[in-house]
Amino acid sequence: MSGRIGEASDTILYLNGVSVSFDGFRALNNLSLVLAPGEMRAVIGPNGAGKTTMMDVITGKTRPDSGEVIFRADTDLTHLDEPAIAALGIGRKFQKPTVFEPHSVHDNLLLALAGSRTPRRVLFARETAAERARIEALLDTIRLTEHRDRRAGDLSHGQKQWLEIGMLLAQEPDLLLVDEPVAGMTDAETAETARLLRDINRSKSVVVVEHDMDFVRALDVKVTVLHEGSVLSEGSIDHVSRDPRVIEVYLGR
Amino acid sequence: MTRGSFATFTPPALVLAIAALLVAGNVALPPSSPLHVSIFVISLAGKYLSYAMLALALDLVWGYAGILSLGHAAFFALGGYAMGMYLMREIGTRGVYGNATLPDFMVFLNWTELPWYWHGFHHFAFAALMALVVPGSLALVFGFLAFRSRVSGVYLSIITQALTFALMLAFFRNNMGFGGNNGLTDFKDIIGYPLQADGTRDGLLLATALLLSLAFLCARFVVTSRLGKILVAVRDAESRTRFLGYRPESYKLFVFVLSAIIAGTGGALYVPQVGIINPGEFSPANSIEAVIWVAVGGRGTLAGAMLGAVLVNLGKTYFTSALPEFWLYALGALFILTTLFLPQGLIRMFARKPAVARPEIPSAKERPA
Amino acid sequence: MRFALLLLGLVLLPVLARAGEPTDAFSAFSSGDYDAMAAAVTELAVSGDPRAGAVITALQAGRLYANAAGQLLIREADGSFRDIASGKPATVDEDDVRKIRMNNAVRRAADAAQGGLRLFAADPATRRLAAAALFKSHDPASLPALSRALAKEQDPSVRALMAEAEAAAMVMSADAPEAKKLAAIAIIRARGDLDASALLASIPNPTPAVAAAAHDGVVAIQRVLQLWDVLESVFYGLSLGSVLLLAAIGLAITFGVMGVINMAHGEMVMIGAYVTFVVQDVIRSEAPSLFGASVLIAAPLAFAVAGVIGIAIERSLIRFLYGRPLETLLATWGLSLVLQQAVRSIFGPTNREVGTPSWMSGAVPLGGLTITLNRLTIIAFAILVFAALMALLRYTALGLKMRAVTQNRAMAAAMGIRTPWIDALTFGLGSGIAGMAGVALSQIDNVSPNLGQSYIIDSFMVVVFGGVGNLWGTALGALLLGVVNKFLEPVAGAVLGKIAVLVLVILFIQRRPRGLFPLKGRAAEA
Repeated sequence: MSGRIGEASDTILYLNGVSVSFDGFRALNNLSLVLAPGEMRAVIGPNGAGKTTMMDVITGKTRPDSGEVIFRADTDLTHLDEPAIAALGIGRKFQKPTVFEPHSVHDNLLLALAGSRTPRRVLFARETAAERARIEALLDTIRLTEHRDRRAGDLSHGQKQWLEIGMLLAQEPDLLLVDEPVAGMTDAETAETARLLRDINRSKSVVVVEHDMDFVRALDVKVTVLHEGSVLSEGSIDHVSRDPRVIEVYLGR
Repeated sequence: MTRGSFATFTPPALVLAIAALLVAGNVALPPSSPLHVSIFVISLAGKYLSYAMLALALDLVWGYAGILSLGHAAFFALGGYAMGMYLMREIGTRGVYGNATLPDFMVFLNWTELPWYWHGFHHFAFAALMALVVPGSLALVFGFLAFRSRVSGVYLSIITQALTFALMLAFFRNNMGFGGNNGLTDFKDIIGYPLQADGTRDGLLLATALLLSLAFLCARFVVTSRLGKILVAVRDAESRTRFLGYRPESYKLFVFVLSAIIAGTGGALYVPQVGIINPGEFSPANSIEAVIWVAVGGRGTLAGAMLGAVLVNLGKTYFTSALPEFWLYALGALFILTTLFLPQGLIRMFARKPAVARPEIPSAKERPA
Repeated sequence: MRFALLLLGLVLLPVLARAGEPTDAFSAFSSGDYDAMAAAVTELAVSGDPRAGAVITALQAGRLYANAAGQLLIREADGSFRDIASGKPATVDEDDVRKIRMNNAVRRAADAAQGGLRLFAADPATRRLAAAALFKSHDPASLPALSRALAKEQDPSVRALMAEAEAAAMVMSADAPEAKKLAAIAIIRARGDLDASALLASIPNPTPAVAAAAHDGVVAIQRVLQLWDVLESVFYGLSLGSVLLLAAIGLAITFGVMGVINMAHGEMVMIGAYVTFVVQDVIRSEAPSLFGASVLIAAPLAFAVAGVIGIAIERSLIRFLYGRPLETLLATWGLSLVLQQAVRSIFGPTNREVGTPSWMSGAVPLGGLTITLNRLTIIAFAILVFAALMALLRYTALGLKMRAVTQNRAMAAAMGIRTPWIDALTFGLGSGIAGMAGVALSQIDNVSPNLGQSYIIDSFMVVVFGGVGNLWGTALGALLLGVVNKFLEPVAGAVLGKIAVLVLVILFIQRRPRGLFPLKGRAAEA
């Protein structure tokens, strides 16, 4: 392991030669990606390029057939399952906003707060003042303070997206994986979300998967273009937009 | 009183009050009085409350954790058998064959020795403990295997049904040592009190009401705790909880075992009051019937589950004596109509929607691709 | 009857009669010396004396008497006596004669002698029986009779049996030469059944060569027998498997392909069985000559009836519950209760008699197996139904639409397929197949309102075991479960075997929650 760590050193996330196939279909094909601590990266690509599969591999939902996935330069993620990886400090937002709809906004954040996850502790846990303060701060960050006691299921689509991001933050992760955060949002909400993500990026590394090119441009970060399971192009948004291969497969002629 | 504590203490208070009133009506009023409660009604009420305990257990796993067990009557029956074994040993020499150690059916099978797993059951405390431990252990092993490999939804329902079916077949066998087809019956007394005596029946009803209330408070504590909130979260968005760092299988296992223990307690209380336990109690149909009690009363509300058990069984008692042909039609219709027109259950017609109600039932048009 | 044949046979064999000798044998009967009697019985049997059969039979029946002078008499059924030497009725005072008794040695000799005598019967069937009996008794004393009978025998099949009997007697004989014994062992080994193996295992005082040959023979025979045993279990397993397949295949459509948990599936099977009952009832009263075709008429009718009921259920109940599997489960369970009670109200709660057409009853031997025709028919029927279903899904327009709707509902709808109608038809198809399964099950199971309930759990296990959504998986799963069940039965007993299969499937689902042949890829994750 130590040899590899040399290469992976000073990275928060290091993917090398990752391949995954389903029934002969190669969802990821020798994919490599390096993310520096504190970096925000946008990942774009056409449908079926392997964006979601990449997220699945990083978060332990899918085991890669080959390749290595190293977190914070010292932890191999390929042998861990979702809860273990979440506990290490990787948060994931789904493409479709997934919050606990019957619970209040407050309770959603409460359940997401970092802390013991064993049933015995949780059974007797009572909300502490520190937890309450933390939730208030989060509510402020995601602009849902007034909706604290509403059922999460009653929130608007954009509010659910924010609540989910808030739940990710409550976990206090080092790395956030955000899958299509602005799908279905209004323009105003999209701009607000870009601001929110940049805000978050001040203290955490972020990977954003997105289709919306205006949004990616607004983020103004390094972009990785995936195609057929591997990296097609990488660089600034202007760089990749000029790449003829990217134009060919993704942006359209 | 806050709404929370109202919901916590009203149902057990009602259960205890009704049981006490019934017992008072049996003990204090002379048989000539029009308000006198016959011993038949006392036993019936005890039976309903035992069923309510099974419904409570089932609602814990189904209503809150989304695990539709179609084999919960198995835990109920196992608890019942544990109690039945104690009651068999209590018979002693008063059996037909007068054998001090062997129950009649073993003498009949020409057995000469008590099987090892019957030892200890002459102690009431041991049998009572087993009524909790045996269903709990089965739930632990079964749940561990099932939840670890992420068997869920309908698949889990089907294998729980297979589990109770397999147990039924096993208990039907004579050489299992549980009385085979006839089960355990002809009980004489319980911790020294004759089971036929009115006083014992009154006491059993009160004990059932008390234990049901305790089980309710225990379940209520669980579902209102943070763990209860996680159960609901697991029910509705299991993968979200996993990516938050929770292990849903541990939570499911906890509530499944707790539920099996409550169901086993219900079974242990049921047997002395109906006087028999046989393999028919393991029948998959029994488990599914228990599901409909919960559905009728209102899944996801503990009081609703208990109410459903009592109401459906009141209906069953009425129909099976007045219109026996009609009962299965009525039960079948109840299943269909409840799922189609009353998915929230009866209790939500009276009470405000509690916080853990299932988000929204997807409409018929909105279907998975 | 047998006695008459025996006598007839003896009368027809005058060549063998060597007058004079048996008289000495007769005298031994009255001597009271059991050893001499046993020898006399054996001698008499091979003598060919026409009276031998009568004498030995009388001896065995306790009807042989002797007077003080040593004259032998048979007491007839009416109590009168007949002199054996002359064959004429004799007037005897009961007090003057005594019954001739036997010890075990004499009894054995008499039994063997009877067998030996029948070797010469005129009827080949009798001779065959006699040879078979002698093989079973394998008494060296029967050797002379057997060699004489073999010399005479014309019928090759009887000859083969006699040779086996002779070989059996030979290996048990104390003084037969080794070479003959080895040859005999080869014959017995070639016979190859359980008796042959038992015989080879019990050769008295074998020489090393004989012991080795016998041991080899036993091993070889056991191997063959085990093979037949395995084949038999496989056949019974396939038979059970095809029953499971028939019961489950409709469910593989409604549950596996459509994702509808239909707990009333068993009742569709039950309705199919009752359709068979009604068809037979009508045929019995209207056109008895058609009875042989009753199941052939019932099969499409059951498909139609169950199919129409299925469509009605889909339109009136299930379509409101799509996407809510647990609610569907409960509602269809309620429906199953209603259907059961309805059938109970119409046809009564007891089993109804469904007959088996003559072409489906009986059995054919196949090597060491007995193949019952109704089981064989059901296997063939299951294969036929499965093949027809696969063909329907693969080659017809309806099948194409069904596959399209189940794979991508929105896209199918966008392409102009009327998805609700396809849903109803698909559900009707699954129900109709269940109805046809009921026709087959009516031939082997009790037709009662509870018929369906006994198959519903099995059916779900098969579908889940095989892999939901995969019809080939269902077929293989059904056959595999059937065979495993039949292999477990002799070890564990029928009920424990069934429990073991249930537990195995439960454990299997833990290992592979999506069955033997899961659908893979992102689509399956949804």
